[in-house]
This record gives sequence, structure tokens and C-alpha cells, in this order.
Amino acid sequence: MTTSIHRPAGTLELGLARGGVELKTFFRQKEAVVFTFSLPVVLLVILGTLFSGEVVGTGITVGTLFTAGMIAAGIASTSFVNLGISIATDRDDGTLKRLRGAPMPAASYFVGKVVLVLVASLAEAAIVVGIGWLLFDLALPAELGRWITFAWVFGLGVTACSLLGIAASSLARSARSAPAVMNLPYLVLMFVSGIYFIPLSSLPQPLIQIGSLFPFKWMAQGFRSVFLPDALVEQEVAGAWEHGRVALVLAAWCIGGLVLCLTTFRWRSRRDS
Amino acid sequence: MTTQSAISVRGLRKRYRSVTAVDGLDLEIEFGEVVAMLGPNGAGKTTTVEILEGFRPRDGGEISVLGVDPHRAGREWRQQIGIVLQDAADAGELTVAETVTHFARYYPAARDPGEVIAMVGLTDHARRRVRVLSGGQRRRLDVAIGVVGRPRLLFLDEPTTGFDPQARRQFWDLIKGLAGDGTTILLTTHYLDEAGALADRVAVLVAGRVVAEGPPASIAGRSATVSTVCWLEGAEPREVETDNPAQVIAELTARFGGSVPGLSVSRPSLEDVYLNLIGSTS
Repeated sequence: MTTSIHRPAGTLELGLARGGVELKTFFRQKEAVVFTFSLPVVLLVILGTLFSGEVVGTGITVGTLFTAGMIAAGIASTSFVNLGISIATDRDDGTLKRLRGAPMPAASYFVGKVVLVLVASLAEAAIVVGIGWLLFDLALPAELGRWITFAWVFGLGVTACSLLGIAASSLARSARSAPAVMNLPYLVLMFVSGIYFIPLSSLPQPLIQIGSLFPFKWMAQGFRSVFLPDALVEQEVAGAWEHGRVALVLAAWCIGGLVLCLTTFRWRSRRDS
Repeated sequence: MTTQSAISVRGLRKRYRSVTAVDGLDLEIEFGEVVAMLGPNGAGKTTTVEILEGFRPRDGGEISVLGVDPHRAGREWRQQIGIVLQDAADAGELTVAETVTHFARYYPAARDPGEVIAMVGLTDHARRRVRVLSGGQRRRLDVAIGVVGRPRLLFLDEPTTGFDPQARRQFWDLIKGLAGDGTTILLTTHYLDEAGALADRVAVLVAGRVVAEGPPASIAGRSATVSTVCWLEGAEPREVETDNPAQVIAELTARFGGSVPGLSVSRPSLEDVYLNLIGSTS
């Protein structure tokens, strides 16, 4: 046996190696990839086509208005749903147990998940924006300021959704039940967040209030402010883009989600504890 | 507690709600030893191993594994431990080679992944996805992951459950090879022949404590107990229990004036001893 003595790899280095494993595992599971990426895309194409006509006095079609919000649905799918399922699966199939028994810092595991979520979410955002551009007249913004808004909405949104996904993964009893456990709240929240159903202001007030508690409504609002002309701000519940409040709510969810993760994360499955 | 033993356990206790899983267990394992823990289901084998691996907290007792309390052990301790899980199904989408290579990265003095894959006999399957491996191949991959970091101490929890006889023999050869290299091994098993074939020492667990302990050939007075001598008197089978079978055979030989028809001498098998142990205490 040959031995190669080397310095043990650092947390970040191992985390990036984990990221490689996560990406391979994710992209080789064809059904999961298709489902994660295509649910928002299929709904975008179907619902976007159903919404006809233009938003009065703006020259913007309802389909365009809808597409901008669907970027949030896409990212919620690749972060919240996908991460929740993948961690529940890791807990169920022995991945977490094996990693706990290996000389790997716990942080490296989460760095690996961050790599997975970032790559998948960027790809999903590109797909939704691309389809919106092709089919629904979504214009790519020219101003740098709007791209800066995109960057922070994306960053805070992905972080908040991921942390919520990690916390929600503990609700799934097994890998098999995880997709159901993650997708049900996802679909409901997409409706009450003014993403599948627009404009949000046409929903009953209690539903709007429920949707406003979660990050998805604010993420969608942020993306609409990036991709839509300012005339469409009239469609928002508050009649304003509310960038300050979007940032505040998403940041609050990042902190709350982190606390939730730290208090609820389990390395073992329930059957095993 | 000294650090001269690989594993030292004194009065280990663990309860799950109302069930006492481990009840004052003592165990001492020297470096280089292969020790098998035998016992019926629910005797506390897996709980004990998981406490020693640092996966579970304990309720009482003192433990030292490689000189460290596993519950407080850090990364350097983990680098010296190899764990072969009982029912892992992870890494299904990776290939065998990718999996072993990935786990090699965690260790400072890892074995060459290709050599480890050859050692467990998976070279022909190195490029296959883990999820398409058979049960026996999957367990050999688990062993590969367990030993790639060149552990000083290896835990094997029921490693051959569900194997066909040939796969078990191959697996035993693999474990004997590791033991021959000086790896300290603690394995749990349901199979007495496995314990007999692999272990320098057997510890029998019943109801969370060690009820007997010793080399497989002499455990629980197996080597000292009475033997049974059987032969045929005409067509009639006869048997005598004796402390001194050689003398009985000498007398029979003299009486028959040469070969004794149907002669056999038997001692209680490891299984007899084991069943007697778990029967008499549970």
C-alpha cells in the first residue's frame, strides 16, 4: 500500500469537494432534475399562456407580469424544495451518519449544499428568464441598478429559502415522504404569495397576510421590480416596490431560518433515534 | 485509565426511555486484536458499538477509545477510526471509484483508492454506479470506505448479514487480511462461524452486559468441558461422556482389538456454548 501523507484538507476545501459530489448526485438523478427544474417552467408556460391581455394603461402583458414573479417560484424550487428533499434523503440513506463518522467538519457538508443550491438556482433563474424573454416579452434590464437589485434579492432569497428548506427537511420522516412534505407547502405558498395567482391584491385579505409572512412573496416582488417597468408598481399590494421592506423581511428570514436550523437540525432519522 | 488498550469500557450504561439497552458492560480490547461481539437481537451490541463510535451519548460508565472519550473526540480521533455501517444506502449516484476517492480526501494518510478498491475485489466494478451493486458488493464498498483512511481501529456492525456463503468467505478473507496488517477490529455478528473464523476473542452479550468472554476455542470452558465419545456396539449406537476421551478410546481399541466401528469424539460446538449462555441468563 502506498501512502500519501498530506495536510488534512480544510473546511472550505472539503466543502467544495462535497459540492462536487452534491452536483454529481443531483444532476445524475434525472427524475429529480426534471421535476425540480420543470415544475416552475411548465407552470410558467401553461399559466403564462392562459393569462391574456395587458395590464391596463401600461402596454405590458399579464404574461410578462407573471413571468417576473415566476423567477421566485423557480428559485424556491431549487432551494427550498430541492434542499429539503436532498437533506431528508441524506438523513434516510445513511449519508449523514457516514459523514458524522468521518473526519469532516459539519460546516463542509453545508458548504457542499450551498454549492448545489447556488448552481441549481442560477441555472433555474436563467431558464425562467430565458423562457420569459422568448415567449412573454420579458425584457432584460439595461440599468446596472436593477441588476444590483437582482443580485441582492437573489442572494437573500436563496439563503432564506435554503435555511427554511433545511429546517423543513426535519419534518419528513423518510426520503420517500420528503417530496410530498416539501411540495405541499411550496405549492400553497406560491398561490398565497401572488406568484401563481396574480395580482396578489385580488386575493382575500387573510390569504395576503399569510403569504406576506413568508419570504416568497417578497422575493417575487423584488424580481418584479427588476424586470418590470415602474408603471407596474400599481399592481403591488402596497403600490410600491418596497425595496427596504423586501430586504428586511428576507434578511429576517435568513436569521430566523438559521435559528430554526440550529434548533431543529437532526443528524439521525427518527426511526434511528 | 491507561491508553494501552485500543478500547477500554467500564460499567457502560445506556437507557432508552424504559428500556435498558446496555447495563454495566465491561470490555477491554488490545491493539491488534480482533474481537467479536455476539448476542441475540436487543442484547445491546449495536448500541454499544454506536457509543464507542461516538454516535450516541451514554448514561454512565467510563470509556476510552484510542485513549479518548469518543463523545468528546474531534477530527484527529476520527481520522484513526474506520466505521462500516450496518445498512448504508448512500452515494447511490456516484461510481465506486468516485465514492472511495472522495472519502480518501478526508484523511491525512489515506490509502490509494485504486488499491483499496482492488483489495475489496471491486476493480471490475469501479466505474459502475453504487446503486446498481449487489448487496455483497455494496458491503465491500462500505468496507473500502471504512479502511481508506488507514484506520488503527475498525468497527464492523453485522457486516455479512444477507450474504451468500461464498460472499461471506470472501469477506472473511478481506477482514483477515486487514487484521494481518495490524488493524484492531471490533465486529458484531449473529453468526457463530463468523466469530469463530475471524475473532481472537469473543464477547457474548446478553441483556446489555458481557456474560462470557474468551477465545472462540475455549470460551465458557468449552475446551475443558466433557467430551462425548460415540461408537457402535454391533448395530447398537453407544456413547460415553468423559473428561478423558483418549483413555476411553484406548480402552475401546483394546477391547475391539483394533479399529472401533463408528467412532467419533465431539466437544460442545461454539453454538452449543452460545445457546447455553444466552439460554441460561435470559
